[in-house]
Amino acid sequence: MKTRLSLTVNGETHEVLVPVHKTLLEVLREDLGLTGTKHGCELGECGTCTVLVEGEPVLSCLALPVEMEGRAITTVEGMAEGSTLHPLQQAFAELGAAQCGYCTPGILLTAQRLLEDNPVPTRTEIKEALAGNLCRCTGYTKILDAVELAALRMGRQPAAGR
Amino acid sequence: MMRLPAFTYLAPPTVAEAARAVVEHGGEAMLVAGGTDLYPNMKRRQFEPKVLIGLGAIRELRGVSGRAREGLRIGPTTTLTAVARHPEIARHYGALATAAGLVSSPQLRNMGTIGGNVCVDTRCNYYNQAYEWRKAIGFCMKKDGDICLVAPSSSRCWAVSSSDTAPVLWSLGARVRLVGATGERTMPVEALYRDDGIEYLAKRPDEVLADILLPPADGWTSAYLKLRRRGSFDFPVLGVAVALRIEGAVVRDAKIVLGAVASLPRSAPAAASALVGERLTPEVITRVADLAAGPAKPLDNTDYAHFYRKKMTRVFVARALRRLGGLDGEGRAEEEVA
Repeated sequence: MKTRLSLTVNGETHEVLVPVHKTLLEVLREDLGLTGTKHGCELGECGTCTVLVEGEPVLSCLALPVEMEGRAITTVEGMAEGSTLHPLQQAFAELGAAQCGYCTPGILLTAQRLLEDNPVPTRTEIKEALAGNLCRCTGYTKILDAVELAALRMGRQPAAGR
Repeated sequence: MMRLPAFTYLAPPTVAEAARAVVEHGGEAMLVAGGTDLYPNMKRRQFEPKVLIGLGAIRELRGVSGRAREGLRIGPTTTLTAVARHPEIARHYGALATAAGLVSSPQLRNMGTIGGNVCVDTRCNYYNQAYEWRKAIGFCMKKDGDICLVAPSSSRCWAVSSSDTAPVLWSLGARVRLVGATGERTMPVEALYRDDGIEYLAKRPDEVLADILLPPADGWTSAYLKLRRRGSFDFPVLGVAVALRIEGAVVRDAKIVLGAVASLPRSAPAAASALVGERLTPEVITRVADLAAGPAKPLDNTDYAHFYRKKMTRVFVARALRRLGGLDGEGRAEEEVA
């Protein structure tokens, strides 16, 4: 049986008619066409499906849309402003912090939240914040470097950092 | 791709209505809070409830109230992140903040609740697998099969209690209030657990965990150490919770509870008694750590070899005691990553 739900994703409200047992990940990708959020382990063990709900990183593979009504959902598609990349996206691109790129959307969103809470994190704090996001090819060094670079730039140009 | 099996979803506004809804739907309904334990299990077809009763809309289950001087009340749907960061918990019930902050990953702690961790399903290498994997080995008795694949001659299931917070809550003297369709009861948290991998909770299906009640902190200090392979994600394969009341360097009261060494948390009362009246000298710590390892009887059904987990019980108890006694010069305080 399908349920009509109203979801607010990246500031836009969408009406969807979906079975209640479809996860947020499945609805984002299959019903809303937002394929930036990736399917990983589907069991809460990898972090690649991370989205922000009311600004907090959560696993969309274990979230039910019925519990998300009225809450602001942000996916990786919501990070750039028009053609201007978010400073994190810019830093990841410049430093080669993505290889296959599959874990990147989840890492970008998790890092975005970190920098909102803590604009000048230490390397250890970045590692702790990203401890729920696995990467299996880039290696973590460039990812950590890119978060540090983005933090530096956002600190210098407050207007660019959100 | 693993999808959830179909179900209908109810979101009752009160605990009483949630309990009534479970009774109304008989064995077909299950309660769910954060879903971080249940949904993976449903995707693997370990549970296939026809009705899910979400507890997220129930206001009375949320939040932390009270002061450490009188005791705290933790609402069971408080997220693990909120428990780990709560200043009163971190300051006066340190081991609980530590344990909540060591569950899985940051994202999961933003969703998962302390009540869910207290009631978390038992785990086993032969059980926490996809349906096809379990089918290929003929299933085990915890789900769809007849025998225990860890101990085939045994008549019981040996799946392992894998809660980080349960041993800590026991060591802190916590109580829980359960509200069912026909009444409520309050009991020590340890009475919630049974020594069986399948029927591991003494809670009836209609009973909702309504309160987690911590006694006044009253001079107690506590520590929790967790053994796991990775520094994130992994469930404990050994948890050591130690709570001490120390007056003038002498231990006046002690509790030691082990996690992930049996189908329920295990206390080590002989070790705890041996601490009372003593100072935390290296000799006392060695003796107590040896005694504490006694109740740890891990089987070969989680990550790491079971004899290593047994051996590490002694090491971790000693490490926790050294830390609480201010002697900690070696080893990581919260966890051991091999």
